[in-house]
Amino acid sequence: MTDIRPLADPDTVRAALDDAARQRHDALTAEVAADPSRLGRTFPAAARQTGRGPLPGLDGVLLEDAVRVGLVRAAAQGLDADTLLAELRELYRYGDSDEKRAVLHALAGAPAELDGSDLLHDALRTNDTRLVAAAMGPHSDRLDDDAWRQGVLKCLFTGVPVAAVTGLATRADRELAEMVQRYRREREAAGRDVPPDVQVVLDACSASPRHSDRKGS
Amino acid sequence: MRIFDPHIHMTSRTTDDYEAMHAAGVRALVEPAFWLGQPRTNVGSFTDYFDALVGWERFRAAQFGIAHHCTIALNPKEANDPRCAEVLDVLPRYLAKDGVVAVGEVGFDSMTAAEEKAFVRQLELAVEFELPAMVHTPHRDKEQGTRRTLELVADSGLTPGMVVVDHLNEVTVDQVDEAGCWMGFSIYPDTKMDEHRMVAILRRRVELGRGLGRVLVNSAADWGRSDPLKTARTGAAMLEAGFTDDDVDRVLWRNPIEFFGQSGRLLLDDDATSDAITDATATFEGNSVLRGSRD
Ligand SMILES: [Zn+2]
Repeated sequence: MTDIRPLADPDTVRAALDDAARQRHDALTAEVAADPSRLGRTFPAAARQTGRGPLPGLDGVLLEDAVRVGLVRAAAQGLDADTLLAELRELYRYGDSDEKRAVLHALAGAPAELDGSDLLHDALRTNDTRLVAAAMGPHSDRLDDDAWRQGVLKCLFTGVPVAAVTGLATRADRELAEMVQRYRREREAAGRDVPPDVQVVLDACSASPRHSDRKGS
Repeated sequence: MRIFDPHIHMTSRTTDDYEAMHAAGVRALVEPAFWLGQPRTNVGSFTDYFDALVGWERFRAAQFGIAHHCTIALNPKEANDPRCAEVLDVLPRYLAKDGVVAVGEVGFDSMTAAEEKAFVRQLELAVEFELPAMVHTPHRDKEQGTRRTLELVADSGLTPGMVVVDHLNEVTVDQVDEAGCWMGFSIYPDTKMDEHRMVAILRRRVELGRGLGRVLVNSAADWGRSDPLKTARTGAAMLEAGFTDDDVDRVLWRNPIEFFGQSGRLLLDDDATSDAITDATATFEGNSVLRGSRD
């Protein structure tokens, strides 16, 4: 009932697996499609039953993430948005860091009516750069401006490439520019180098349609 | 020298330790769930701790080029607090995860009935989840504790080769060997066990024709007086005593991979595991235990 956009084309994912792993992948997908409540059991074991590592042909996408998002997608066909969100919260709550990241990638492909921003807030409280990066993907349009700006700043702080931030070109504003300039001054005062992404964000701020916006306006 | 420390509590260690360990050759480790010094009083404290073992600590280790695995269990000391008994009910969630390579540390601390009940239940979980078990032997009355431990392991139905009995010494090693379990040795900076006594134990095993199989050497470093480089120092002591580079590699790298590889959950790339597979297939007569997934 709910459509989740795949992280990678399902054929690309299947092509990346050897025969035995592809069979297990198809069986897991069928199991979850037939009974979405099996998601909690299949999701943690999915990587070791199929594969892990960079997905050939897709820069920066991990096979295990694509497989797990595929399982969420199969389960989502049989779940309304609220039930799916509840399921995703469970997977995230009890997930290891790989599973948590896959949940964030699934949220990235979720329809507009589904709001998992509480999970993004949790991810942004960690210092795990893989979680921070995933949280600033497409679903970050659910974050309010304050939380989103703090997320961008955290990317600069922790070395997450801001290329991972969705909406930088349209959402960057004067407030963010001021925060980043203060960050740059602090780095310079300490005699430390300034990461190149600082200028990327500042350029996005001045080019953005929201550049003249003030906080709260 | 490449090193896999099969027992170290990194949660209690600093990034300086990670750096020094990497410089000494440590590329992989197992962090068993254990006691934190201050007793916990509710289940939530455990789940947050377990979450850190499969989350933050794994990330932290990766920053220093070290593959982090863990074991999950209710430890014997806290098994004595009835407020913590429900931890047993949340274990299955964690035992299903990648990188969780054994049930542990289980076993005895003060040999109480509550400890035995939790121990037996967790050996059942190891059978159910097809995981090895890491068994802690008490620091007091070790010989008697080890004897009772081996009886319970025999009753559990878990294959002896799936069990490591840890913190052994000269007095307890032979009964564990005869039971067919793996022998774990924790090398401390004090009198419990040091690298030179470790080398003497290894030398005796070789002289008796028992070889270097089924032996794990760890630092067991934690928040107490301990040294995360004791594995490397044991390797150096082995070389000084005339063991070869290959002997050291066997004990400090291939043996842990062979043992924990039985879980099917190691997070190492194929190159790292391939030579250990050769040993493992030799040991288990062609039945490769490291490859593929376990359904
Ligand atoms: Zn320990």
